[in-house]
Amino acid sequence: MENGGENVNALDEQRPGVEAEALADVPALTLEEVRKTYRVGDSEVVALDRADLTLGRDEIIALVGPSGSGKTTLCSIAGGILSPTSGRVVVSGKDISDYSPRQLTDFRRESVGFVFQTVNLIPFLTARENLLVVDEIGRRDRKRAAARADQLLDELGLSDRASNLPSELSGGQKQRVAIGRALMNEPALVMFDEPTSALDTKLGEQTVGLIRDEMKSRGTAAIIVTHDDRITRYADRTVRITDGRLDS
Amino acid sequence: MRIALRELRRRPGRFTVAAVILTLIAILVMFLGGLLDGLTGSSTGALRAQKGELIVFSSTSRDSIVRSRIEPSTARQVEGVEGVKRAGGLGSVQLGARLSDSGPRDLFPVVLFGYEIPPSDIGPPPPAGKVIADESLEADGVGVGSTLLIGPARSRVEVIGFATDSRYAGQGTLWGSLDTWRTVLAKNQPGARVGPDVVQALIVQTIGPVGGVATRIDRATGEVTSSLTIDQAIDALPGVSQQQAVFNQIIGITVLVAILVVALFFALITVERTPLYGVLKALGASSSSLFAGVLVQAFVVTLVACIIGGLAAFLLAALIPPGSIPFVASLGRVLGSAAFLLLAAFIGCAFSFRRVLKVDPATAIGGGQ
Repeated sequence: MENGGENVNALDEQRPGVEAEALADVPALTLEEVRKTYRVGDSEVVALDRADLTLGRDEIIALVGPSGSGKTTLCSIAGGILSPTSGRVVVSGKDISDYSPRQLTDFRRESVGFVFQTVNLIPFLTARENLLVVDEIGRRDRKRAAARADQLLDELGLSDRASNLPSELSGGQKQRVAIGRALMNEPALVMFDEPTSALDTKLGEQTVGLIRDEMKSRGTAAIIVTHDDRITRYADRTVRITDGRLDS
Repeated sequence: MRIALRELRRRPGRFTVAAVILTLIAILVMFLGGLLDGLTGSSTGALRAQKGELIVFSSTSRDSIVRSRIEPSTARQVEGVEGVKRAGGLGSVQLGARLSDSGPRDLFPVVLFGYEIPPSDIGPPPPAGKVIADESLEADGVGVGSTLLIGPARSRVEVIGFATDSRYAGQGTLWGSLDTWRTVLAKNQPGARVGPDVVQALIVQTIGPVGGVATRIDRATGEVTSSLTIDQAIDALPGVSQQQAVFNQIIGITVLVAILVVALFFALITVERTPLYGVLKALGASSSSLFAGVLVQAFVVTLVACIIGGLAAFLLAALIPPGSIPFVASLGRVLGSAAFLLLAAFIGCAFSFRRVLKVDPATAIGGGQ
């Protein structure tokens, strides 16, 4: 396992042009035998049990399962929020299985995007500033970040709402701002945690359609965690999870 | 950090309670400091005004000008010591005074000093019967040209000018020649009268290191003198150091309260922000950058409180009539108090660091087991 990790990480050392070419064939996400357990008192709870999953570079999967099945844990591990107890996690060529908390923080900032279940926009920042937060907490390139934020807002149809606070936006607009924020750092992989749970059916379908269009147009891979079977048709593939086990 | 500043700008209401409490604390700290400076100033002005490095008392006086007597022969010995540039006599007497045109009960306390070396802001010794008055006596109706009747003997002196910051033992001072002082002393306190050329203390101007000169003076006089620097003489004044200790303790406790206020407020605000911090951490913000935001907010809120407190102190100083409450607002005191309060804010914030550190980014995505 360690050898495999070294081979994949070796891509980081290559020259940029060669790297880009090499990365074209590298999956956006590879999970190998990933296991996550928690200790609750004297017993051990298995949240994710030997999960194997490969996600192509612009592939969208719907991760479906009942509450407590391990969807969130899988997303958290793939997004570098949690470390696996065992197994190997490779995101866009980077083996993050043994990353330290500091390395995971840098990884999340630079390589993945999140759209949270409750949207979680920062309430005192405008739509545009919510996008720029990603630049402000990371390495600063104000000019480039401002241009990207404006471009994303334009593409998401939010140019005229850029100066509005979240409280002045509709549910769908907030969701689009959250999508824009997730795309600010040009991630290889975006995690969507129940993106339609707070929306009505029509708006939910519109949002998932928008997610699909945005991901496909950018060649970005995505995992959409959902309870809702109706939105699985927007994904390239549906992966079901039950009691921490994946079954394709 | 920009996020923290934007929150301050757009949600000032969230910080109002802390800002108001810190402002009240800042006003209290600066008021106490101003009061301490005022009290100390009104007790020590006459010594601070002296243009000399050393003050020489008789060794039996326990460094008190009232008890001290320097004979002319001792004064000559002092003048001959290596490192002494000039030595001038100083004498004092505390008496009641009233204006010549006011009633016998309209007394106010004064300290009459006789001097040779002109203190700061006071010219050469005036002619006999004339004095320079401390400006605080203006509050008692004293003006240039006023005639004062001093002590039970009603010794007449005429005020020919004013000096600033020259109070002593909390009382206004009058500055005259040594002859004027000897005359007033002899008439009003016959038991304390001194012979010709006898003074209570010597103000010494030195050349070279002060410490060595002080030792040489006391050695040259056969240890009948006790030579102190002006600062040592101020510390030896009855009650001054105790007064400073008490005030500094009160100020210290007030600063401790400020630490508690900041600690509690930002601990609460950090708990309230846990979901927000979870999101920011999930997006890649480090704990240190989030804590830096907390520090910036505490710094700005405390700075605003200090600015208001400082302005209030200067306003108060301007409004208080001279000679009433001994309150002095100085830039040094205001800046010093602000520095202490800002330090208190940082210390108070430190209690929130562990909470920020413990925020789990997994809470943002619904995990966090």
